[in-house]
Parts: sequence; C-alpha cells; structure tokens
Amino acid sequence: MEFCLRLGDDCLILSHRLSEWTGHAHDFEEDVALANLALDLLGQARNLLSYAGEIEGLGRDEDALAYWRDDREYRNSLLVEQPNGDFAMTMVRHLFFSTYQVALYQGLLDSTDPTLAAIAGKGVKEARYHRDHATLWVLRLGAGTAESHRRATAAVTALWPLVDELFEEDDLLRRLVGSGVAPNPQGLSAEWNIHVGSTLQQANLERPQVVGRSGGRSGLHSEHLGHLLAEMQHLHRSHPDASW
Amino acid sequence: MTPGEQSPLWEVFVRSRRGLSHNHVGSLHAPDSEMALQNARDLYTRRGEGVSIWVVRSADVHASDPDEKGPLFDPPADKVYRHPTFYTVPEDLKL
Repeated sequence: MEFCLRLGDDCLILSHRLSEWTGHAHDFEEDVALANLALDLLGQARNLLSYAGEIEGLGRDEDALAYWRDDREYRNSLLVEQPNGDFAMTMVRHLFFSTYQVALYQGLLDSTDPTLAAIAGKGVKEARYHRDHATLWVLRLGAGTAESHRRATAAVTALWPLVDELFEEDDLLRRLVGSGVAPNPQGLSAEWNIHVGSTLQQANLERPQVVGRSGGRSGLHSEHLGHLLAEMQHLHRSHPDASW
Repeated sequence: MTPGEQSPLWEVFVRSRRGLSHNHVGSLHAPDSEMALQNARDLYTRRGEGVSIWVVRSADVHASDPDEKGPLFDPPADKVYRHPTFYTVPEDLKL
C-alpha cells in the first residue's frame, strides 16, 4: 500500500501544481496542454489511490486518502510539491518527473501485481506524451534566447538536488523489487540519465553537481506541501457530506 | 523568430477513426511544426476524435478569391454535357 501511496501521491500533488497554471499560461494552447497534463495525472492518481485504499482494507477510498490525510501522511517526492515558479521551472520539473515515470511504468508492466501492471499499461502512454511535451519545451527554452536560457539553467540548478529521491532505495522498495512487484530503481535511474542527459546537452544546459535532498517518502515534506494541501483539501473538509 | 513576435498561425486537419480524409477543424498558434502537432493533439483531439493530424502554416494555404467565385465556378454549371449523367449503369455492376 505504501508503494501505491508513493506513486499515487506523486501524481496527485503534481496534478494539483499543474492545475494552478490554468488561466495563467503564456498562450491559450499551452494553457490547455497544461490542463491536459494535470488531468492525465489525476486519472493515474485516482487509480493508484483507489488501489491503495483497497489494499489497506479499512474502507478508505480515493477521496478519503486524498482529502483527509495530513502532510505527514503523504508519500510524494519533494520534487512534485515544489512551487511552479516560472514556465521553465515547470517544464524542467515535468521533464525530470515524466522521464522517471516512463521508466517506472515500463518497469511496472512486468510487475507480479496485475493491478499495478494494468495501471502502468494505461499510464505509460500518457507519461510518454508528457515526457515528449516537456522535452520539446526544455530544448526550446535552453537553446532559445538569453533569458530563456538563464531561466532554464536556474530551474535545472534548483531542481537537480531533488532527483535522487526518485531513485532512492529503502527496505520497502528492496522487498518489492525482490518479489517482482516493483522495478529496480537503479535501472530506472540509468534510463532517466540517458534521456535527460541528452536533452540537457542538446538544450545547452549543464548538469549541476549538487547534493541531493529527500524525506518525502517518509512524510517529511517541505513547507510547500502544507500550503498546497490546505488549498486542495479545504473545500472537501468544509463540506464533508457534499456531493454533486 | 525574434523575441516578442507572435507565433505563426497554423491550420489543423484531423482524420477521424472512420474517415478517409483529413478535415479542417480549426487553427492554433505555435512556434514550429513539432509544437503545432502537439498543440493540435491537445486542442482538437481531446475527445478521441482523430487518428491522424496534419498541420499547415496558414501562410502556406492559398485560397481562391471569394470575389472571383462567379468566373471560377459558374461556367460548368450550365454545361450538362460535361456531367457524366447520361450513361445508364447496369444493375449488376457494383460501384
């Protein structure tokens, strides 16, 4: 269940971040594209959180998990809870995350857990599209004007320390890799480095040398998550029995 | 493109799952063809409408002049001998 929460929370939090762009993108086409990305991720979050609730067996459904857990109980990575920043920050974050997701979902296609394999089967097509969209943008921003290059560089520098967490291995993951449920993070990391490395190079962006941070998988989040959840959960918590 | 310049306009054509030809569905702005295809996919195939997308820069679409409609399209109308309507098709022939 923990594993599903990690994956599902990543999708849910990133989906929420992307939804914050609605009405604010630089042009109409990108506004729709970002909303589309958010909706794709939301669909994946629903599948993963519903399954998590099922495994837990305490009657918590996707809504209960999404709206009634506090930040300490969330298992998303620190990367996805970062504020959107400017468009470069959003696209670099999305490049990093969706490249990881493509590798992850591809790995999960062979999972010994058939539900996860099915969820991954649906998700991998979406993740590929996300990765391509983010890649197109990062290439244009990095190799564009002096200003876009400056912003893209700042984004890569700011987000690079949060990448390691996506591939960290703890006892839980070791156990799940052993039983064939989860793919080996080292393999995922290798794939990630190939794509992101070549993208950054084509975009004239350097790979930073910085120390990584983590903690999200244990519920130790940055201050950003609290604010995000307050906004996301406020309506549901104010009117718990509402429906439409 | 220079900074501050608006992205060019593109015309979008989509072929639906059960269609044989690409039909014009609208237009969008994009800096280049790769982004135009992605934007078209997001804007015009949201509800599973299509299986194939063409994008063409609007500047490359050359249209007939509406004021010339008369000279261009009226003459054939009154020349019945140009229409293939005098031949009776045998019933056995499946067309």
